[in-house]
Amino acid sequence: MHQDPISTLEAKLGVSRRSFLQFCTALAATMGLPKGADAQIAQALAGAAKRPSVIWLHFQECTGCTESLLRAEHPTLEKLILEIISLDYHESLFAAAGHQAEAARKAAMEANKGKYVLVVEGAIPTKDGGIYCKIGGHTAMELTKECAADAAAIIAIGSCASWGGMPSTPPNPTGAAGVNAIVKDKPVVTIPGCPPNPYNFLATVAHFLTFGKLPAIDEKGRPLFAYSRLIHENCERRAHFDAGRFANEFGDEGHRKGYCLYKLGCKGPETYANCPSILFGDVGSGSWPVGTGHPCVGCTEQGIGFAKPIHALADLKNTYPPASYPRIVEDQGQGLSFGSAALVAGIAGAAAGAGAMLARNLGRKDDESDKA
Amino acid sequence: MTITRRHFLKAASAGGAAATVALATPAPAEARTNKLMPPKALGLLFDATLCIGCKACVAACKQANGMPQEVSTPERLWDTPLDISGKTLNVIKVYQHGTNAEKDRETNGFAFVKKSCLHCVDPSCVSACPVSAMTKDPETGIVSYDKDACIGCRYCVAACPFGVPRFQYDTATPQIQKCQLCKHRMPEGKFAACAEVCPTGATLYGPVEALKAEAKRRLAMKEGDEAVFARGDIRTPYAPHVRPAAKYLQRIYGETEIGGTQMLLLSGVAFAKLGYPDLPAQSYASRSETVQSTLYGGMVAPLVALGGLIWAVRRTTKNGEAGE
Amino acid sequence: MKAQPIGGRVVTPVTLLLGLLVAIALYLLGKRFLLGLGAVTNINDGFPWGLWIAWDVVIGTALACGGYAMALLVYVANKGHYHPLVRPALLASVFGYSLGGLSVIFDLGRWWNAWHIFAPAYIQWGSVMVEVALCIAAYVVVLWIEFLPTLFERLGMTDARAKLDKALFVIIALGILLPTMHQSSLGSLLVVFGYQIHPLWQSNQLLPLLFLISAIGMGFSVVVFEACLSSVGFQRPLEVPILERLAGILVWLLVAFLVLRFLDLAVRGAVGAMFASGALSFWFWLETVLFALPVVLLFKPQARARRQALFLAATAMLLAGALYRINAFLIGYETGPGWHYFPALSEVLVTVGIVALEILAYIVFVRKLPVLPRAH
Repeated sequence: MHQDPISTLEAKLGVSRRSFLQFCTALAATMGLPKGADAQIAQALAGAAKRPSVIWLHFQECTGCTESLLRAEHPTLEKLILEIISLDYHESLFAAAGHQAEAARKAAMEANKGKYVLVVEGAIPTKDGGIYCKIGGHTAMELTKECAADAAAIIAIGSCASWGGMPSTPPNPTGAAGVNAIVKDKPVVTIPGCPPNPYNFLATVAHFLTFGKLPAIDEKGRPLFAYSRLIHENCERRAHFDAGRFANEFGDEGHRKGYCLYKLGCKGPETYANCPSILFGDVGSGSWPVGTGHPCVGCTEQGIGFAKPIHALADLKNTYPPASYPRIVEDQGQGLSFGSAALVAGIAGAAAGAGAMLARNLGRKDDESDKA
Repeated sequence: MTITRRHFLKAASAGGAAATVALATPAPAEARTNKLMPPKALGLLFDATLCIGCKACVAACKQANGMPQEVSTPERLWDTPLDISGKTLNVIKVYQHGTNAEKDRETNGFAFVKKSCLHCVDPSCVSACPVSAMTKDPETGIVSYDKDACIGCRYCVAACPFGVPRFQYDTATPQIQKCQLCKHRMPEGKFAACAEVCPTGATLYGPVEALKAEAKRRLAMKEGDEAVFARGDIRTPYAPHVRPAAKYLQRIYGETEIGGTQMLLLSGVAFAKLGYPDLPAQSYASRSETVQSTLYGGMVAPLVALGGLIWAVRRTTKNGEAGE
Repeated sequence: MKAQPIGGRVVTPVTLLLGLLVAIALYLLGKRFLLGLGAVTNINDGFPWGLWIAWDVVIGTALACGGYAMALLVYVANKGHYHPLVRPALLASVFGYSLGGLSVIFDLGRWWNAWHIFAPAYIQWGSVMVEVALCIAAYVVVLWIEFLPTLFERLGMTDARAKLDKALFVIIALGILLPTMHQSSLGSLLVVFGYQIHPLWQSNQLLPLLFLISAIGMGFSVVVFEACLSSVGFQRPLEVPILERLAGILVWLLVAFLVLRFLDLAVRGAVGAMFASGALSFWFWLETVLFALPVVLLFKPQARARRQALFLAATAMLLAGALYRINAFLIGYETGPGWHYFPALSEVLVTVGIVALEILAYIVFVRKLPVLPRAH
């Protein structure tokens, strides 16, 4: 008897059908996909004939991306995704080490040539031939090039892999750069953030598995579903900005009242990310930096995060000024109304009529005196 | 008898004695020139390229002056004044063109601009006010309003070339409202609330001379170069705002306009597009007062005319022909 | 030619209607004093001066210049033969100015402070409005004193009459000087508005003179107009020969006005603006045509004897003067784009009520007091 793939999954992972479908719906919602996509994702995740192979490289990083990914809770990811995909190489999660691990990578690449997903975590040092980060005797540059060559999709997770992130902060002694700087012939999806929101990564993978292609991205490789809007646009404190209410220093009255953090250096107005919409850490409302009272540091934005001082003011990147703004010229005052226009016209008409009658009357008298 | 040209001219020359004496006497010596800036004049420097349109100044102004909310949106939730008014002393307005793609650009761009009293050096409102309700402080140059003197004639509202003094039309005891540069906060050691809260230094407070020097420094900056902008009071600024210099129009609005103003403006977009008209250097107050002093200086002309008229009327009423 | 009351009933359908209009205006004014100017008028910060200033004060006092114009002619130019026209003209002036002055109070937002304008501690002498206000207030007093002989005559107070006569020449002289001052200053009011007045109407040097000449022209015209009106309304003969001479003066006055007006426009380089100002060009030319109409109608001396031509010319002149003032104060005024103004219904009704009160009082006075010249 053929079994429903979701039921199989239920049995295999010990996840309830209900929480699995909730997870798929959450991913679909994260990507802003239409109704029905959740079912598609559920089918794709549960029914994949062969788990896609994933090769996960670590370079100059803190493993925060992996850590945050492991703490996603809808449901526990190490159970779900790591069973759905075949994680054939991941230094932090691997039980194997040394030559064994490297052999596993080579084997997976060979077996899934052209079909595996490459995930890079961490910046790639490029100075002095890339000698500042080596694994198994190979530089990060070499490893990236090698693994990217036959990858079906390349995902750079975290700000370090996206553009260099924290290691690239000036003076950038190692010449840290993102995957984009090494792999130029293939599209690289970047999921910047320090750490990035796990759901943005999961949604990207799910999208690839469901539709066989990567989601639409912007010029910096970021999926548009997550990074097309400024934090400022959906910020829960936006009303305070629009009303001109600011926290002036940490702990002052405005800060305690939850006013806008712009004056404390919040980079929300120049940082593209969906943090205010999907929050962080699965602990409910307010669980993201601005929500807890700290200005956004712009970790998802190259040139802002790790580059601009935290207290420095953001440059507003609104492509449109707010719609409700008073314009230079506003229509003001009461123009012609029917009542007053009618009255004025009536008076003018009556006066003209009376004047005409009077003129005729006087004309007649003129004629009389002419005759006399 | 018919009226001939001769009769008319005779009548006109006699009858219009007062008029001709008064109006035709050229008195260039009495022509009043523009008034001069008080040496300790205080003012504001508004730099449109720094303004992000956050309205902090609008909110702070309301609070500092105890002004009521003014709503313009259907939901009536927030203070959303469309313009300065009897309830709003300061407003930030937006200029928009085409695609709004870039800030401080005239075509396909947008820009924010502050509208509040410019504290003219030679204000029309002060010249117009018949009862000294509008006065200019001889020291700070702040143009302020005294409701206890005001008769509510609204000549100041009509006269101001910037449309600044506003009247309250919805109360039985109306007042004129205008920015008075938070002079009521000065005794507490505070300065203009709009400049105090401005997060970017777009509105900067201080002595006009210092502000003018600062404006000139900004105009000399190269576009894109990292620049330091003071915030708050230029004499005791808060931590500066550092950002690349914008592209400025090489003009300080308020430097010469109608004799100069104590609020100066910098912008990347033509001022006329931001609601700041191109104005001549001669103040309208001086024009008006020149006309008045030419006609009524020392009441000489009217008294001479009165003497002539008394003589003429006495003559005509005496000979009985026209006596009452 | 002595004056005498024309008698007749005071309560007629016409006076009742006028009374009703006055009552409506009083109700609306009550509302204005309780709820503020915005409750009754459409004035706003873009048009802080509306109908009540432009019509009731600026035009109203110009229409009330009959007494002034006639006094100028009779006492200064020594044309005693115009004397029969002085009293009716004076009466219209008394009401016109009194109500003009009164309607200023309605328009003042803080009217309880109105006395400040007479208190040296408050007066700001640079203000044109001070001059206008002081002169109008003084002139209202002067007008009532000038009108006193009529009252004394009616009451048979010959002694008082004789005493007043001795000092009257000073009052009459003041009664000529004061309107000269404030009618010109009503024009000067606009100088400080600067660019807000369209170039077709703004002029630094000539505004006072243009306002003065047009006010005198309106004064003469209102005398002709009233004479025509009361000749029909009260079935009285018209003093055609006197009016004929007045018409001659009016023609030359208007020629002078038009020459000055166009010279001024040319000197200020506003010639192009006459044609290129859209709707404003229309209003300018309508005003100019109205100013020119009396000249055309009355240019030939023979035409001046015709009642119809006199009436039409006087009407045209009154409209011209009124439109010139509306153009300068309202239509040609723009404090910035985006502002709209048209008087509210209730605002117009107050003005109508004031005019009604004026006519009502005039009717009562000429029926009861020796104002109009005795009919032949």
